[in-house]
Parts: sequence; C-alpha cells; structure tokens
Amino acid sequence: MTKPGQTTAMGVPELAEGYPEVSAPFGEALVNVGRQNPKVIGLTADLGKYTDILSFAAAFPERYFNVGMAEQNLIGIAAGLARTGFVPFCTTYCVFATRRAYDFIAIGCALSRTNVKIIAGLPGLTTGYGGTHQGIEDLALMRAMPNLTVIDPCDATEIAQATAVIADYDGPVYMRLLRGRVPVVLDPVTYRFEIGKARLLRKGTDVAFISTGLMTQRTLEAAAQLANDGVSAAVLHVSTLKPFDREAVLSLIERVPRVITAENHVTTGGLASAVADAATDAGLRLRLKRVGIPDCFCECGSLPYLAKRYQMDTASIVAAARTVLEEEPVLPAAVA
Amino acid sequence: MLPTHSLQPHPIADIPRLQRAARKLRRHMLTMAAGKGQGYIGQGLGFADILAALYFHEMKHDPQNPGWEDRDRFILSTGHYSIALWAALVEIGVLSADELAQYGADGSRLEMSTLDSTPGVEMTGGSLGHGLGQGVGMALGLRLAGKSSRVFVELSDGELQEGSTWEAAMAAAHFKLDGLVAVIDCNSIQADGPIVLNIEPVAEKWRAFGWLTTEIDGNNMQQIIAALHAVRRETDQPKAIVARTVPGKGVPCIERCEKAHFLNVTHIDWEDAIRELEAQHD
Repeated sequence: MTKPGQTTAMGVPELAEGYPEVSAPFGEALVNVGRQNPKVIGLTADLGKYTDILSFAAAFPERYFNVGMAEQNLIGIAAGLARTGFVPFCTTYCVFATRRAYDFIAIGCALSRTNVKIIAGLPGLTTGYGGTHQGIEDLALMRAMPNLTVIDPCDATEIAQATAVIADYDGPVYMRLLRGRVPVVLDPVTYRFEIGKARLLRKGTDVAFISTGLMTQRTLEAAAQLANDGVSAAVLHVSTLKPFDREAVLSLIERVPRVITAENHVTTGGLASAVADAATDAGLRLRLKRVGIPDCFCECGSLPYLAKRYQMDTASIVAAARTVLEEEPVLPAAVA
Repeated sequence: MLPTHSLQPHPIADIPRLQRAARKLRRHMLTMAAGKGQGYIGQGLGFADILAALYFHEMKHDPQNPGWEDRDRFILSTGHYSIALWAALVEIGVLSADELAQYGADGSRLEMSTLDSTPGVEMTGGSLGHGLGQGVGMALGLRLAGKSSRVFVELSDGELQEGSTWEAAMAAAHFKLDGLVAVIDCNSIQADGPIVLNIEPVAEKWRAFGWLTTEIDGNNMQQIIAALHAVRRETDQPKAIVARTVPGKGVPCIERCEKAHFLNVTHIDWEDAIRELEAQHD
C-alpha cells in the first residue's frame, strides 16, 4: 500500500551510480507550482503511482483527477479544463500519450494551442518492459506536431526547473519524465533551464557531443574520460527539442565539425535529425555519428544491459567519438 | 434577425417563436449551401430545431460578448455540422449575415469544419470523438471555478462508434457532472451511408453508463423543449438527450435525396429549395 505522496515507481539510479539522487523531483516541483498557482490541476490515467504525481494528489486532493485507463480522455479532459482557464498537468507514459492519444493532442492541444502539459514517463530505454512500454519514437512524433513544445530533461535538477517554467508558459507542452529516484547531474545552483535554449555544459575543440535527456549524463562522462587521453570534447545539452536552438547547435558545429549526437530515442526523427537538418539547411559540413536506438523495437532486460546492447552506454559513446576523430577532416564546401 | 437574445434561459417556451427561429437557421443554411454548391446541409437542416431551442431558449449567452465567462458552453463535436452553427451564430448576431456567402470559401472563417478561432466556437471539431471529452473537462473546470454554467455537447450517432466517446461518458458519470448535457443527434447516416455498425439501443447505453437519459423526436419543438426542461433537474448525474432527427428536415427536396453524408447538391434547384422551406409557414 502506497502512502499518500509516496512513489512506488522504479527510478533510473541503476543507470547513474555515484550521483546524488532526488526522489520524485517532478511531483515535488508540481506541489510547489500548485501552491503558487491555484489553477494548476493534476490529472493521470491510472498511473499516478508510477509518474510521481501522488505528492500533488496528497497536497491538493480537490485538484487531482484520475480518469482511469483512458488516455484519449485524459487529453480531452485536459483540453477542456484548459479552455476554462486551468493549467492541467497530465501524466501517463510516453507510449500511451503518443501512440494512443496522438489525435487528441493534435486537435485538442496543439491545433487549438490549449494550455495543456503532458508529462510522459518511461522515455526510451528507462524501462526493461520491452516494446510495449519503451517510448522510443515519441520525440519524432511530437517534434513533427506544429505548436507543441517538446522537452527531454536530463536529470532531477532540470525536471524541477522545467516543471516550474512550463507552468508559467502559456501553451501546450510535451515533457518526458524521469521518475522515482532521479540522479542529480546538473548543478541546481548554476544550471538554468529555459524553453528553447541549449546549454554548452563543457567547452571542447576536438569533438562535439550534442545530447538530450538522460544521455547528457553519459556524454559528460564520456567527455571527462576523453580528456584523460588528451581529447578535448564539448558537450551541448539540448533539452528542448522544439523549438530547436538552431543557433547554439550551428555555432558549435562551425567550430567543431566532428559531432556525436546522443539521444534516448531512435536515431531518426529526433535530435540527430534535427542537428542534421540544421546543418544541411545552413550549408555546414560535418562528420556525424548518431548514438541512440537503431531502427528496431528493443528487447526486455535490465537497463545497463539494454544501454550496452544498443550501444548507448558511456563506453559506446567514447568509442563513437574515437571513430569520428579518425575520420578524414571535413573539407570546406567546394566553390562553384 | 430575431430581437430577443437572452442572458438567461427563458422560463417559458414560445414554441411558434422557436419554430420560426429554426426556419431562419434553415434559410441561412440554404444560402450557404447554395453559395458553395455542396456541404453537410442534410445534417445541418436535421439539427436546426435543437440548435434553435438551445440558442433562443435554453442557454445563457451574450451575443455582445461571446467569451462571457459565465456563459453556457455549446460544443459542436461534429465539426462538419459547422453550416448549422454558422447559421445560429449569424442569427444571434455574433457573426454577420454578409459572411454566409463565404461558407467554405478560400480564406473564409466560416469553414466547412469548425475552428475555435471563429467567435462563438468553443472547440475545433472535425476529428470525431473529441467533443464529449473536452466537454467533461469544461464541466469539471466550471465546477472547480464555482460557476453554475452548463456545458451542452452535440454528438452524432455515428460518433458513438468512437471509443473515446465512451471513455468520456464513463468519466462524466464518475465525476457526477450534473451540468453536462449531451445531445445525441441520431440521423442514421454516417460517412459510408446508413449506419454501418449497429449502435442501438442508444438510450439504454447512456442509461447503463449512468446518465439521466431521455429520448425524443429531435425535429419536434415541443419534445425538444420538454427534454431540455427535464434535464434542468438537479441530480448528480450527467444528462443525455437522444434526439432522432431527419436529415434535410424542412426542405422536402433535400429530405428526398439519397441519405448521403456529404451532399454534392448540384442537381438541386436552390430557388425551389428556398420556396419549399418558406411554404411551410404555420
């Protein structure tokens, strides 16, 4: 039996040994937001225990609704609440929000620009439950939708900050959730989340990591390991996939054209595609290696096993950087 | 334009007046369909009596201020019935009659399917199965905000095949949304023709889902008003009105058409259609 406010969700600490942890950072942040803004509503579709929203339910029972296993209706109700001036935060899993409720998000939230926040758990390979539960293509789907803001936070620090920021932002947002015991990777004192802003977390001149979500923890680790071997690696953290911080990405690629993208997502339609699009449109040449899930549904298994299996662990990221470093230099564009 | 625009529901129904209002809505719809040469005119004509009863009798609204926060909400879940909603919004004075000729035209805000950017439209419709869920959210929101405003949601019978409609129906009863009224327009047609998948018994389904349900002839103003008055009752249930309607109602040459979802009405003589409508004075 879960006590009010307590989460029973598995977290991702097995992927982040040695980091400090925060328990249910989203739920705690939403309670703070709820205290400041009486219009904030919590909604879930029978996944309250597993999306860290129970602390909000305990603090504001009159503003919390569990709509049962009905994701289309979850989004419909949220859109209706938004139309009467409320700020609904609805939680479910990435796979259910996107695969099952896509039309409802498109029409009720994005097309109508209603003030709905969709908080989606189990992004990518943060669950070992296999293809039914692993949200591997959600960023591609949501990034293609006009009017929608799409966020993939790195850690507990960013989840807490982003929750407060999107509550103040008037418009529909899709945000991936890291739940349970969530590592602290970014310094809460110095890091500042802003919608649409990428952050250069580490400067470097030999190779550039451009990463999103929890993969930034691993690109930071990879950059530190490479530094021991005298390789200077930059890390640009792109937590907002849409609107995409094209300027920050292009500015880095111009200086460091050997690029490794890293995302907890398939390597088509997400971060790697956004980076490639931006570079192509700007006429920039680059060496690009994509770290992420290949074009397949993934196995069941432990999270460290899956990360290694799909070459998304820190060692694989280091190896990807070395491959890119060995490639021929990027030539300047031929003059016609 | 009829002169009375009420901020509060009328206590007593003036049936002949409401019938005249319905005829005016039908006249506007014919103007739109004639201009465009096509459209969802059958559905619009069939739903005209209910819309007239809602906008000229039952709902509280302020045509001078369509966004008035204490208004009752009307959600047209079937966005393709827009031809009927435009007629009502023109007749209450939210939209101008001059715009009717622009129905479905390039760049017009009187689109063939509703967009919430047009004044008086509560929800963007078109993809079916959305209206009731958003209506549940609005009714919840209005209750949380301490408003007495009600939410009227039009649904079609074909739309009852969408699973999301029943997700919303279940939630409305669970949350005891007594200010939510679903009006189900049962005109027995859908995109592929006469109802392709049996949805009966409609009223029994809504009762089983916990709704206070009444079934009427949706083209009979007496029955419409009686049903609307009956669902004013303060129970802790949401309310459903199952309304049987005739597509093309009021214009015999359209009633006689093949029961088509989308009417390409090039063979209709619109002057004749208008004469037929106007011949039916009481």
